Amino acid sequence: MSLRKPYEQSYFPPVPTKLTKFFRTNFIYQLFRFIIINIKMLRMVRKH
Amino acid sequence: MARLLILGAGIAGQTAALHAKHKLGTKHEIVVVSPNSKWNWIPSNIWVGTGYMKPEQVTFELKPVYDKKEILFHQAKAVSIHPEGDKSISKPFVTIEYTSSDKKGIIEKITYDYLINATGPKLNFDATKGLGPERNSLSVCTYSHAAQTAVALKESIQRMKKGESQTFLIGTGHGNCTCQGAAFEYLFNLEFELRRQKVRDKARLIWISNEFELGDFGIGGMFIKRGGYITHSRIFTESLYTERGIEWIVQSHVKEVMDGETVYENLSGEEKSVKHNFAMLLPPFSGVGLKAFNKNDDDITSDLFAPNGFMIVDGDYTKKPYEQWNPSDWPETYQHPKYKNIFAAGIAFAPPHSISKPMTNPNGTPIFPTPPRTGMPSGVMARQIAYNISDMIKGKSDVPTRKASLAKMGAACIASAGANFFRGTAVSMTIYPIIPDFNKYPDTGRDISYTTGEIGLAGHWIKHFLHYAFIYKAKANPFWRIVPE
Ligand SMILES: Cc1cc2nc3c(=O)[nH]c(=O)nc-3n(C[C@H](O)[C@H](O)[C@H](O)COP(=O)(O)OP(=O)(O)OC[C@H]3O[C@@H](n4cnc5c(N)ncnc54)[C@H](O)[C@@H]3O)c2cc1C
Repeated sequence: MSLRKPYEQSYFPPVPTKLTKFFRTNFIYQLFRFIIINIKMLRMVRKH
Repeated sequence: MARLLILGAGIAGQTAALHAKHKLGTKHEIVVVSPNSKWNWIPSNIWVGTGYMKPEQVTFELKPVYDKKEILFHQAKAVSIHPEGDKSISKPFVTIEYTSSDKKGIIEKITYDYLINATGPKLNFDATKGLGPERNSLSVCTYSHAAQTAVALKESIQRMKKGESQTFLIGTGHGNCTCQGAAFEYLFNLEFELRRQKVRDKARLIWISNEFELGDFGIGGMFIKRGGYITHSRIFTESLYTERGIEWIVQSHVKEVMDGETVYENLSGEEKSVKHNFAMLLPPFSGVGLKAFNKNDDDITSDLFAPNGFMIVDGDYTKKPYEQWNPSDWPETYQHPKYKNIFAAGIAFAPPHSISKPMTNPNGTPIFPTPPRTGMPSGVMARQIAYNISDMIKGKSDVPTRKASLAKMGAACIASAGANFFRGTAVSMTIYPIIPDFNKYPDTGRDISYTTGEIGLAGHWIKHFLHYAFIYKAKANPFWRIVPE
């Protein structure tokens, strides 16, 4: 966390944990998210 | 036989031309006028700007596509609209000036029964002193700008590999810019590329924008349900910047870009400056500057176009304070209120007001984003306009029946944050409606169950897939209509 200097702008925002970061590029989990995101986007397309 | 004339062959113009052709077949004529011989999938220009893609991968020649679809194409720019004709021509017409090498400079008048203005934005680099790729900053708005940016980036990377440090300034080059999302994508792809090239430790990355806070993106930000809280996009965006060690300057109007230094004014009215080795700053947009004349050749440009050059359509343009804004201010059919055979699609229509709350500093300088008009809504409104005009030409209706108000439409948007099949990420967002409706959703302005966002590799896959899908569609390849707008 060397980026986090007290009271500078980077001090306050939440940052992801190692696990959160891991899931962001985990192939299997992202295959699942791929399906979910596509469903969400199709839902949006169908609203037009 | 009726003639539909479409000005512009971008996302909106191309979508309108293909759908109109599908509906009208060979019984009526579709004519497209656009100054560039190529079609450009603009969202992928950010990848050209980092060197991940070449300009050839984001463009294709339009003429063969139009020949295949029997659409008449003039490589020319529209100069003026004459909705009543003139003393010698009784039909409405548009004056065009050819840009193709064989006919360059030749002026012609093209008559029309229906007109769609889909001319997109003028990239108004002149609004800020020193802004633009011909002056002191770079851009990714066109594929050639992006290619130039990629060369500059390569040079910076070489310098860092030799041990030099570099400061990158990325963002918006004027207090009235839109398209923060594109600048965000470029910043994050740049950061990803610097890590890939193992020079990240030599780079200082600074974001500068006219947003009130990070995560505004010209839509006043959005609220998302996550981890038991309803949280504003500011929190997520600040987190993404912090995680990547990117600094940010917001509430800023860039006044001047010099060689290596940018001067800006903030909402408190202070003048400050920031030094850099590389600046990619997007310009503000205006209309492309079409003129309009009536039958007697009197200038009626202000009847057709708002002062910012965008075309007046069926919105409510009455000046009113933010508190009185209403979703019904936004146009539904994009038909001109007086000349009912003229429509505007995509960026070319004049929004009634911004989406983000307008802010002005003590010096009187407005500093807030103008409304973004992204690809999906541009395509949807172009399709609806094409369908409405087809119905009107076929005599099925006298008035446009299909609507495409941004206040009743949602948008799906994928913002790339690094391009790689295994390590890349993108932010996948859906929002509904695009224009917040605080009457219907008093706390958040939008439907929380349809307004979502997440970052991950899956988003990159989708962004990459959409790149090919939209180019496939724009080429009018078999079953192109399956690909949604
Ligand atoms: C770098 C960048 C990245 C983006 N990324 C995304 C994204 O990821 N997702 C997204 O949804 N949106 C994105 N956008 C926004 C998206 O590109 C626009 O919403 C879209 O291009 C708008 O379509 P349009 O047809 O209105 O305008 P354009 O696509 O700009 O097309 C305008 C057309 O009009 C032509 N023209 C100009 N002047 C004249 C004239 N005088 N006469 C006739 N023709 C004329 C032009 O040559 C062009 O063919 C991005 C924009 C930029 C700049």
